[in-house]
Amino acid sequence: MDGGLRPATRTTCPYCGVGCGVLATAEGGVRGDPAHPANQGRLCSKGMALGETYGLEGRLLHPMVRGRRASWDAALDAVAEGFRAALAEHGPEGIGLYVSGQLLTEDYYAANKLAKGFLGTGNIDSNSRLCMASAVAAHRRAFGEDLVPGVYDDLEQADLVVLVGSNLAWCHPVLHQRLLAAKAMRPAMLIVVVDPRRTSSCEAADLHLALRPGSDVALFLGLLRHLGKAGFTVPPEMLHDVDVPALTGIDPTQLAIFHHWFVRTDRVVTLWSQGTNQSSSGTDKANAIINCHLVTGRIGRPGMGPFSVTGQPNAMGGREVGALSNMLAGHLDAENAGEVAALRGFWQAPNLATKPGLKAVELFRAGEAGRIGAMWVMATNPAVSLPDSAMARRALARIPCLIVSDCSAGTDTMEHAQVVLPALGWGEKDGTVTNSERVISRQRSFLPRPGEARPDWWIIAQVAERLGWGEHFAWSGAAAIFREHAAVTALARPAPRVFDISGLADLSDAGYAAMPPTQWPVPRHGPSGGRINPPVQRLISSPFRIPAHTGEMVLMTGRLRDQWHTMTRTGRVPRLMSHAPEPVLTLNPADADGLTEGALVRVTSEWGEAVLRLAFDAGMSRGACFAPMHFTDAFAPRARINAAVTPAVDPISGQPELKHTPVTLTPFAARWHGFLLARKPLGARLGDWCAVSPAAEGVWRHEIVGSGEGAFAELSGALGEGAPTIALHAEATGEHRAAWLRDGALVATLFLGPDHLLPPREWLLSLFAADAIGSAARHALLAGALPDGPPPSPTICACHGVNGATIRAAIEAGARDVAAIGAATCAGTGCGSCKPELTALLGKQKIPA
Amino acid sequence: MKILVIGAGPAGTRCATRIAERDPAAEVTLCGAEAALPYDRVALSSLLAGEKAVPELITHELMALRAQRIAYRPATTIEALDRDAHVAVTARGERIGYDRVVIATGSRAIRLPVPGAELAGVLTYRSLNDVRAMLSAARNGGAAVVVGGGLLGLEAAAGLALRGMKVTVLHPVGWPMERQLDAGAGALLARRMGLRGIAFAMPAQLVAIEGTVRVSGVRLADGRVIPASIVVMAVGIRPDTALAVASGLDVGRGIRVDGCMRSSDPHILAIGECAEVEGRCIGLVAPALEQAEIAAATLAGEDARWSARADVAALKVSGTAVWSAGDIGAESEAVTLRDEGEDRYRRLFLREDRLVGAVLYGDVADSGFYLDLIASKRQVGRMRAALALGPAFAGAV
Repeated sequence: MDGGLRPATRTTCPYCGVGCGVLATAEGGVRGDPAHPANQGRLCSKGMALGETYGLEGRLLHPMVRGRRASWDAALDAVAEGFRAALAEHGPEGIGLYVSGQLLTEDYYAANKLAKGFLGTGNIDSNSRLCMASAVAAHRRAFGEDLVPGVYDDLEQADLVVLVGSNLAWCHPVLHQRLLAAKAMRPAMLIVVVDPRRTSSCEAADLHLALRPGSDVALFLGLLRHLGKAGFTVPPEMLHDVDVPALTGIDPTQLAIFHHWFVRTDRVVTLWSQGTNQSSSGTDKANAIINCHLVTGRIGRPGMGPFSVTGQPNAMGGREVGALSNMLAGHLDAENAGEVAALRGFWQAPNLATKPGLKAVELFRAGEAGRIGAMWVMATNPAVSLPDSAMARRALARIPCLIVSDCSAGTDTMEHAQVVLPALGWGEKDGTVTNSERVISRQRSFLPRPGEARPDWWIIAQVAERLGWGEHFAWSGAAAIFREHAAVTALARPAPRVFDISGLADLSDAGYAAMPPTQWPVPRHGPSGGRINPPVQRLISSPFRIPAHTGEMVLMTGRLRDQWHTMTRTGRVPRLMSHAPEPVLTLNPADADGLTEGALVRVTSEWGEAVLRLAFDAGMSRGACFAPMHFTDAFAPRARINAAVTPAVDPISGQPELKHTPVTLTPFAARWHGFLLARKPLGARLGDWCAVSPAAEGVWRHEIVGSGEGAFAELSGALGEGAPTIALHAEATGEHRAAWLRDGALVATLFLGPDHLLPPREWLLSLFAADAIGSAARHALLAGALPDGPPPSPTICACHGVNGATIRAAIEAGARDVAAIGAATCAGTGCGSCKPELTALLGKQKIPA
Repeated sequence: MKILVIGAGPAGTRCATRIAERDPAAEVTLCGAEAALPYDRVALSSLLAGEKAVPELITHELMALRAQRIAYRPATTIEALDRDAHVAVTARGERIGYDRVVIATGSRAIRLPVPGAELAGVLTYRSLNDVRAMLSAARNGGAAVVVGGGLLGLEAAAGLALRGMKVTVLHPVGWPMERQLDAGAGALLARRMGLRGIAFAMPAQLVAIEGTVRVSGVRLADGRVIPASIVVMAVGIRPDTALAVASGLDVGRGIRVDGCMRSSDPHILAIGECAEVEGRCIGLVAPALEQAEIAAATLAGEDARWSARADVAALKVSGTAVWSAGDIGAESEAVTLRDEGEDRYRRLFLREDRLVGAVLYGDVADSGFYLDLIASKRQVGRMRAALALGPAFAGAV
């Protein structure tokens, strides 16, 4: 096709559990798929920037064995040998697979089949354990099956939407956009946010219940009791006596409003997410929510229902294939002998594991204790993402044969790997994912396979072949695996199991290639898709328990708007990094207790510590602080917050308590603070604390803090550009500012000072775009500001690169709402993820009379 | 009242004219040791560089002095004061009676006492005659050595180079103008002068001047010999206190005077580079002129007092503006700003949270801001670095 662009490929976004359809081209063109039911053409800031993440820098392109490049044959032999040795020494319990919601369903299926069917171990768990295992456990308790009854349309049709532990605006932006659009059409719709933080999702809410972290169960027990008083039938054994205002800290008037709205509104959706699940009482929280829907009968009908939204693109797919240690495959029941026998026969797998395996944290504890001989980590980075990461790292270091397959090179987890295997990434691999409303969508390849990277399922099948099970893994491609997976879902028939996609078991390769988004169930006969009124509905007694560990200051962790997981993809995109380029701990200013905003704060717990920049946010509840979970050794080694997070887990789901670690906050003592902007990355090991991020114009931003002598000499040495062109030194106060120019254009700037009060970086970063720094600008450069120019300001709108100052100016010039700001500045007219922040700015700004 | 002003440099001439203006009845006599009308010594570098001719240096024409009833006596050196008789004695033995004397004898250039220092062709750089001798030597071209890389030495070097001589500057420190500049700025300056063909021998120690009748070169401590047809000594100045010593006045480094410029003999005042106020001698023209004004006021019976202000030197060295003010001593805390690309440099000196001195090189636009900070003794606050960026940014950081 001369000159013309190739037609866009219809695929699915690799980020959150909304599962948006994407039209993508190899040239980097990305737009929302108008035909996809999840997003109907919308995309969020992360999705919009997908086209900027194709680059092969940071990609793993060939296998490695013990740190050296190896052939696929040698690497696969090493994996097989590692498994054989572990089986010989420890038996199946000495094997572990730790997989990921980033895997496609077909890859997931292959991994689960290898682990449970042939290695004979239940020890396959997914990072979904960290994400929604509590929701899964609650579903299984309430519905007898891991079943999400609702559909996204319910959010739009509801009259009351309760967001519990969900910053929907940042974590599932497209769903939030759909919700806000519906509310704009029907202003009578009410939104309640239940969250200890005043998040961006609160901007459009009618009520924010800022409950004390970990007290969700009490809130919903109180609601259940109130529902009973209001005439709904609540069995007495479900009633627990709790002092809701005392436990939750919520003002009784606000509670009364919430109760009132909930009682009187038939169409209620209660949507929950990681804030609920990641808790030592996560399962009880979810059941406490579901209970309120069951006693009111608000389930399985339009505009109502309990709704768990997953974090990952294919968390649901992993659940379907049973890639969690306590699930079988195809929603088959490990405790049902008939179903176990059916699967054993179907797979021809006499070794089929029937005992539940170890859940994520338990699996790594076993590794730490020397009980795991071989572990295969696929498409995830547990060295960063698991709580008590010192424990996780000890485990990774101790496991004799650690195998890591990933599309990124140099993840923190790979540090201890014996075998590293290059997997395909998004746009290269081919298969299916299932989103939070049970829609199975195709991820299609439209990019060439880079280097020697291969599909995960192929890697798994190759290992299986070397272990003597090749015939059971001899798939011709992803379509064949999908058909086998679909066939498994028929094995339980005629058991009352809702998950049934046996109607897809005979899909041809061409049919698979062309498969449109398809909502399950898809039985061979009868109606498919749509909302589900679960055939089994059980009320589960969920008494309130205080969190596993408590203290006066509690750490919560979570996501940033423009980042994804451990940043291997989003961390490479300057405009995504610009929203939050540094790891920041937010804290209510009333809890400051001698800490200084903008300085570094040390977060210490029983399990470890992390150091972050401190920001005050009056929207934080008292006694709680919040840190992003994304930062890794590659970006900010001292800021890996999971080093400080408790390894406590929910007793039922095994999901870690990522949102309730008692911590103490102390100032991080340092003699100097600085930043180095350079046209190349210098790593994150500078000074005592460092955070590195890419910025526009190919510039890398390094925030550096330390106490050593000679910081200026050391850092300019690390830069390696010789003596600076312009330098300002005040030795006595430790202030150093320097710029390196080549042919008049900026190559690097280095600013050091005795404290954190350094000029804003944004304006300096913009100077890197200038062809030459003129005579007049040179003092401004070192001052970090124009003498009378607009103050440098952080980016709010990532899509159009609009900063806060520009938006404030538009408001001052008369913009009265988000749409007017968009008309004036373009902010908010891309993905819309920043609209809540625009609303907040509108609220803050004094409107001129 | 008969008032005798000894020394017709800028300070003495200014004092004489002010006295005459204030008191029309005063009989003012102004004696100059040089056989010339009062001229602008600071402009000697312009003369050497060919930017000005001698007449343009003259500050006071004879007619103008006469119009003010000032008796001007050029080539008149006063050798002693008979303080009891109130009589000044000239070198020729002439006796001039006075009621009051103002001594403004200025400084003498220092000559290093090395072998050969008295050879023909060894000059200092102080007077009109010195410059005339340099110009005369430069007419034949050849090589010149300037001993001393301070301001005067560099001016002499730049002028001689402009006049076509091949100039080498000897300096005992590793970079020129070390009193005003640090190594970095000094290197900038040396580099810039190098582009004009001026060579530097730094650090270098002069041990002898070679030659029999006329100078033929200089010998350095490391054994090197640099040929030269003239050698200009620009190694510093010393207050000219010979008259005061001969007259029994209280003399330290200079003639000791109080804030009203009165010496130990209340009838005798001293001003300018030869005077010492509170232990300090000045070396610049601006404060010397201020002292002249004070002395005139004192003689008029007014209570005026001079106190040392920040010394300000605004100079052009080889086409580059250099400005310094205040105390630029070593025991201060320093802030430096260097721009290699633009050939600009700043160094600020602080003590106890106040700006006490500043050097600007290449770009002196903000000199007023720094002078005001030094004079007002305002506290500059915690952040030092921004101060060097000038008034537009000093509060911004």
